[in-house]
Amino acid sequence: MAAVQDGQLNLEVEKDIKTEITNDGSGNINANSSSPGSTSSGGKSKSPAGSGEDQQTLLAVLQFLKRNKLTESVDILRREAGLSADADDSPVSESAGAGSGGVPSVGADGGDANSLLSRVSIATPVAPPATAPPKVVAASGGEDQPDVNVVLSAYSQQGDPVLYPLYYNGLKKFIESVLDCHRAELSQVFYPLFVHMYLELVYNNHENEAKQFFEKFSGDQECYYEEDLRILSSMSKKEHMKGNETMLDFRTSKFVLRISRDSYQLLKRHLQERQNNQIWNIIQEHLYIDIFDGMPRSKSQIDAMSGSLAGEGKRDANKAKVFYGLLKEPEIEVPLDDEDEEAENEEGKPKKKKPKKDSMGSKSKKQDPNAPQQTRIPLPELKDSDKLDKIMNMKEATKKIRLGPDNLPSICFYSFLNAYQGLTAVDFTDDSSLIAGGFADSTVRVWSVTPKKLRRVKSAADLSNIDKESDDVLERIMDEKTASESKILYGHSGPVYGISFSPDRNYLLSSSEDGTVRLWSLQTFTCLVGYKGHNYPVWDTQFSPYGYYFISGGHDRVARLWATDHYQPLRMFAGHLADITCTLFHPNSNYVATGSADRTIRLWDVLTGNCVRILTGHKGPIHSLAFSPNGKFMASGATDGRVLLWDVGHGLMVGELKGHTDTIYALKFSRDGEILASGSMDNTVKLWDTLKAFDDVELDDFTAATGHIHLPENSQELLLGTYMTKSTPVIHLHFTRRNLLLAAGAYNP
Amino acid sequence: MAEERRPKQCTVVLPTESMKAMAESIGVGQLQEESCAALSEEVSYRIKEIAQDALKFMHHGKRCKLTTSDIDYALKLKNVEPLYGFQSQEFIPFRFASGGGRELHFYEEKEVDLSDIINTPLPRVPLDVSLKAPKEQQKTESTEPLKAVKPGQEEEGSTQKGQGATSAEAKGKKDGLMRMKPRSTHELSVEQQLYYKEITEACVGSCEAKRAEALQSIATDPGLYQMLPRFSTFISEGVRVNVVQNNLALLIYLMRMVKALMDNPTLYLEKYLHELIPAVVTCIVSKQLCLRPDVDNHWALRDFAARLMAQSCKTFSTTTNNIQSRITKTFTKVYNNCWLDDKTQWTTRYGCIAGLSELGPDVIKTLILPRLTVEGARIKAVSDGPVVSNIDKIGADHVQNLLLKHCASVIAKACPLPDNVEQYRADYGYLGPMLCSHVVKARAQAALQAQQVNRTTLTITQPRPTLTVSQSGIGGSGGSRTPSIIKVPSSLTLMSTRPGTPTQPSPPATKYIVMATSSGSSSTQQVITRTSSSVTSTVASATSTLQPLVKLESGGSRPLQKYIVVSLPSSSSLESKSGVLPPSSSTSPILLEARIKVDCSDSPGASTQSPH
Repeated sequence: MAAVQDGQLNLEVEKDIKTEITNDGSGNINANSSSPGSTSSGGKSKSPAGSGEDQQTLLAVLQFLKRNKLTESVDILRREAGLSADADDSPVSESAGAGSGGVPSVGADGGDANSLLSRVSIATPVAPPATAPPKVVAASGGEDQPDVNVVLSAYSQQGDPVLYPLYYNGLKKFIESVLDCHRAELSQVFYPLFVHMYLELVYNNHENEAKQFFEKFSGDQECYYEEDLRILSSMSKKEHMKGNETMLDFRTSKFVLRISRDSYQLLKRHLQERQNNQIWNIIQEHLYIDIFDGMPRSKSQIDAMSGSLAGEGKRDANKAKVFYGLLKEPEIEVPLDDEDEEAENEEGKPKKKKPKKDSMGSKSKKQDPNAPQQTRIPLPELKDSDKLDKIMNMKEATKKIRLGPDNLPSICFYSFLNAYQGLTAVDFTDDSSLIAGGFADSTVRVWSVTPKKLRRVKSAADLSNIDKESDDVLERIMDEKTASESKILYGHSGPVYGISFSPDRNYLLSSSEDGTVRLWSLQTFTCLVGYKGHNYPVWDTQFSPYGYYFISGGHDRVARLWATDHYQPLRMFAGHLADITCTLFHPNSNYVATGSADRTIRLWDVLTGNCVRILTGHKGPIHSLAFSPNGKFMASGATDGRVLLWDVGHGLMVGELKGHTDTIYALKFSRDGEILASGSMDNTVKLWDTLKAFDDVELDDFTAATGHIHLPENSQELLLGTYMTKSTPVIHLHFTRRNLLLAAGAYNP
Repeated sequence: MAEERRPKQCTVVLPTESMKAMAESIGVGQLQEESCAALSEEVSYRIKEIAQDALKFMHHGKRCKLTTSDIDYALKLKNVEPLYGFQSQEFIPFRFASGGGRELHFYEEKEVDLSDIINTPLPRVPLDVSLKAPKEQQKTESTEPLKAVKPGQEEEGSTQKGQGATSAEAKGKKDGLMRMKPRSTHELSVEQQLYYKEITEACVGSCEAKRAEALQSIATDPGLYQMLPRFSTFISEGVRVNVVQNNLALLIYLMRMVKALMDNPTLYLEKYLHELIPAVVTCIVSKQLCLRPDVDNHWALRDFAARLMAQSCKTFSTTTNNIQSRITKTFTKVYNNCWLDDKTQWTTRYGCIAGLSELGPDVIKTLILPRLTVEGARIKAVSDGPVVSNIDKIGADHVQNLLLKHCASVIAKACPLPDNVEQYRADYGYLGPMLCSHVVKARAQAALQAQQVNRTTLTITQPRPTLTVSQSGIGGSGGSRTPSIIKVPSSLTLMSTRPGTPTQPSPPATKYIVMATSSGSSSTQQVITRTSSSVTSTVASATSTLQPLVKLESGGSRPLQKYIVVSLPSSSSLESKSGVLPPSSSTSPILLEARIKVDCSDSPGASTQSPH
C-alpha cells in the first residue's frame, strides 16, 4: 500500500470529523514550480509540532482545521506559526478547481484532502522547475491512504447483527418480485450492499455473524466479483481492515450505480415503507446512485458496464470534451531530388507524385475539428534527424499494404529463447529496427534486427581526435569495435516491467520493480537518468509519440508524467483505486490513458491534469491498451481475456471482442486502423476486423447521451484469424510501417 | 446473479498445530490454545494477503507460475524482509513427516559437505538469451519448396477461407514460431502418431485388406496435412532404401501411397514435390527395380509411376516451377543418351519412354516419333541378332510394345487415312509394319468406341480444380520451384471397358485395382493381388484369360514370404471377344508365351509353373 499506514491524527481531530471524507479519487494534483514542497504524508503534516514545514503546508493545515470547525486549534496554530489571518485564504480560491475533473457531483466534498494543498494551474507544464521541485504529495498520500479510523468511523452505526441477513433477504425478495425491467437495475445494489454490510459486521466485531452472512449471500454475487469476494472473505477481523487496500477502496470511494428514475423510486419507496433504515443508510452513505431519466437498462447493458472496483463511472465523469483528433503534421520540406531518385529507382514515375500528395496534402492542409490546438501542450521541436525519419516514414507508408478482412497481415514472430521465464517486457522501435526486452534479472537488452549492428559512441578521449569537419563525422564517432547485434543495459535492481523506445530511437525507458524509471542512451548504451518518485514497483512506462514526455504508473496508484530533462514529475494523475498496470499516450500526446487493477481505464488530460474519462466494463485488471491511429478509438485488454473497444470522444464502450482465454498482454492497431491484433497469454495472436466493429455500432443521440449502448454479439464475425504459437505467450505486438505484424514473446518450453 | 453457487470461498486457516510447531522451533514452549487460534487466523490472513500481492508480480512478469521471487517481492512491498536463500530445485520442496500423533511438513535442508561442492565439476553455464525470428529472406528467395513447413501452425482463419495467398503467406511467416528452437521438430499428437504408425505399417505390411483400407484413408481423410511431411519423407526414404534392395513389392506399395496422397483433395502436395518427384522418377527409370528382372513385372511399376508423374505434372506444373518441362528434360536427356549409347539398359529406356509417353500426345509426337527408326533398329538388333541375354530380349519386347501402344494412337490421329505399310516402313523403319497394323486397329477401335453409346467414360477431374495463383517473389536462381500455387484443372479421361470406377478399390479384399488408363485402343488395368503362397516366384499362364500375371517376390528377411502379383492385362476380355486383337498381345513376345498363373490368394501352392 502506498504512503503511510500509520495515521497519526490528533485524537480530538479524529473524533470531531463527522463529515465523511470522500476521496472520490478523481482529484488531480498538478505540480509545478510554484507548488509547495511538502512531506509525503498528509497525516503527518497535520502535526503542528512538526518543525521545518514550510508555510504552504501550514496554510493547508489551517484550512483543514477551519473547515472542520476547529477554530480553537486554528487560532492556536496561527499564533504559533505567526501567520496573519488572511494569509491562509489565498490558496483557497485557487484550489476551487481541484477534483472537478472526475466527479463534479461530489462538490460538497470537493474541498477534501485534495485541496489541502493549493493547486495552482499553470499554463506551461513544461516550464522547467525553478528551485522548488514540483512535488505534491500530501493530497495523493491522503487519497491513497486516508486514515483508516476516519474511514471506518462511518461504520460505527450499530445495528443488530442478527438482523443483517434478514434485511438483506428482505431486499432480495423485494427485488426479485419487482417487474423484470427493474429487476436487473436494482440487482446492482446487491453487491455493494453485501460488501458494506459484511464490512460493518466485521468492523463491529461480529465475526461469526459476518462469516455466516458471507456464506449465505456470497454465492448470489455476480461471478466477476469473485476476486474481490475472495479478499473480503479472508478479512474477518477488525484488525485486518486496517491497511487492507480493497476495504479502503470500498470505503474511500462511493460505489457508483446507474439506475433509472423509476427503478430508484421503487427502491426508495420500498425501503421507506419497511422502515429499513439499515439498508437505507448504507445506500445513502456508501453508494452513489446516478439517476437518469428514461428506460431502465437491460441486464446485458448493465453487465457490460459493471465489474470495476467502484461500480460504473459516473455519467458526468465522461462529459468533458476530449480533443481526440490528431495534430497537424508539421510541414516538411521534402528534399525533392532525393525522393525522386528513390522513387524512380524503385517504382518508376507513377509513384513519385503520390507520396507528396499523401503526406503534404491530406494530412496537413485541413485541420481536424476534433484536434487539440497545435500548441495546447508544448512539443519538442523537430530536429533534422526527426525530419529525415518522417520522410522515411512517408516513403514506407506509400508501400504500406492495405489490410482488410481479405488481406490479412503477415505475422513475423520474434521468439526469445533461453529466457527462463524471465522476459517481462518488449518494445519495438517505430521503424522496427530495434527490439528491446526487459527481464526479470533486472537487465534490459537491446537487439538490432536489421543488419546494422549496434555501436557505441567512442570515448571522450577518442572523440577529440576525430576530424569534426568531415562529412561522415556521424560515422566516425561510432566505435566499430563495439559493434554487436545486442547490448545489455545494467542498472535496475529488480525485474524490468515496462520498456519504451523514444520515437527518435536515441533513448530507451525502462521501469522496474525497484521503483525507478531509467532513461538509457542508445548512443552510448549507458543510463542517463534514474527517475525516482514511485516508491513502489513501476509497472509500465511509455514515451509520448512526440518524444520528450513520458508517463509512468505503478503500484502506488499514481501515474506520473515526466519530461526527460526534469528529474521530478510534471503531473501526477491520482484517482485509480488500485495499481496502475498499463499506461499509454494518445497519438496527439495531449492525453494519457491508464489501465488499472481496479478494472477501470482513465483518460487524463496532460494539460490540466484532470481525469476526463472513466471507462468501466472490464472484469479483471487491465494489462494492455491501444489507441487507433486516428485517435478516435481505444482498445483495452484485461486478464478476463476480453478486448473492449471504446469511443474516446463519447466515452462509450462500442465493442467487445471475446475469444482469448487468458490475459491479453498486447494490443495493436494496424497502421490504417483496419485491423486490431491482440496477443495473449494463451499463446495466440488474434486479428479482429475493427472497421466492421466500429461500423456496426449505431450511435444515436440517446445512447450517446446516456451511454447505454447495446453491444452487438459479433465477436465471431469480427475475428479474422487466430494464430497459435507453440508455447510462446505473446507479450508484444507491433505493426511495421508497411503493415507487417511483428509479435514477440519468450518461448516457454 | 450467478447461476450456480460458486465453490466455497477459501476460509482455510492454518491448523493450530502448525502454530505450536513453529513456536517450538523458535523456543516458545507452551503456547495457549487460544493464542494458537488467534495466531493462526492472523497468519493465514497475512499469508493470503502476501499471496495476492505475489500474484500481481506474477501477472506483470507475464508468467503463469508463481515463483518464490514473486513472494519475495510481495514481502518487500510490505516492508518485510524477504526470505533469503529460499531457492528450491523442486516445485514443492516440503517433506512430510508424522510420528507421535503429529503430522508435519518441513523444509528439508540437507547438510552439504563443502568439499563435495568444490570437487564436483561446474555445471554447464546456462545459455544466454537470444532472439529468433524467421528469416524472411530465406522464405521469399528460396528456390526449393519450403521443406520446413510444419503444418502444426494451421490457423483457423485460413482453413475457413481456403488457401488464400495472404493467409498462406501469413502461415509461412508463422512457421518462424516453429523454428524458435534449433532442431525443434513439430510434434504430432499421440493420436496422430498412432495413426501414422498404423497407416505406414498397413501400407507396407503384408495384409492387402489393411493396405486397401489405409490407402483409402490416405486418399480421403481430410486431416492429414500435419502428417504430410512425414508421409513424404517416409516415401522418399522408402524408395531410396528399396531401390537399392530391389524390393519391387515395397516400391509398388510406396507408389500407391503417393497415388493415394495425390488423390486426397485436402492435401496439397506442392511443398513436398521435391521429395516425391525424385522418388517417383526413380521408380520410372531405375536400371533395376527387382531381384529377377527377367521374371518380375517391374514394367507395371514403371508404367504406374510414369502415370503418377504425368498426373503430378498436370496438377502442379506452373510457369514458376516448370515441373513438366524439367521432367521432360530429364527424361529426354536420359533417353537421348540411350540412343547414343547402346549399353543403356532396356529398363531405363523403357522408363524414359513410358514417362514421356504419359505426358501426352504432343510430347510423343515431338520427342518419340522422330526416334522410332533408331529405336526400331535397336530392337531388331536384339530380337534378330544372335543369342543375347534373356533380359535384354524381354526389355526390347517391352519397349517395342510400349512404343507401338503409344505411338499408334498418336499416329492414328495425326496421319491421313490410307495406312500404307511401305510408307510406314520407310518412315519408321523396323517398327513400321507393326505400327501400321496398330494404327489400323486403333482406327477401328476408335470407330467402335464411337458406336458404342453406353461406353463408360470416366473423367477424373483433379481434386481441387480452382486454386488461386500466388506468386511469391521469384528468386534469382531460376526460381523454378518457388512456393507458388497454380492449379490447372486437369482432367484425365479414362475409357474403361468396364463400367465402374477403376480408381476405386474393388470389393474383394484380395484385389486392388490401382489404376486404369487408356490412351488408345487398349485399356490397361493393373490388378495387384496378394497371396500368401510360399512358393518362390513363379510365373504361370492361363491362356483362357490372356492375363499375364507376374508374381513378384518381396525381398526381405521376414519369416512370412510375401508375394505380390501384378497383372497387366493389356486387353480386356471384351476387346478380345470383339475380335479386335489387342496390339500388344499380338506382337509382344512376352505375351505370346504368356504365362499366367492361376493364382488365388487362398491356394498357396496351387500355382503351376510354365516353362519359360
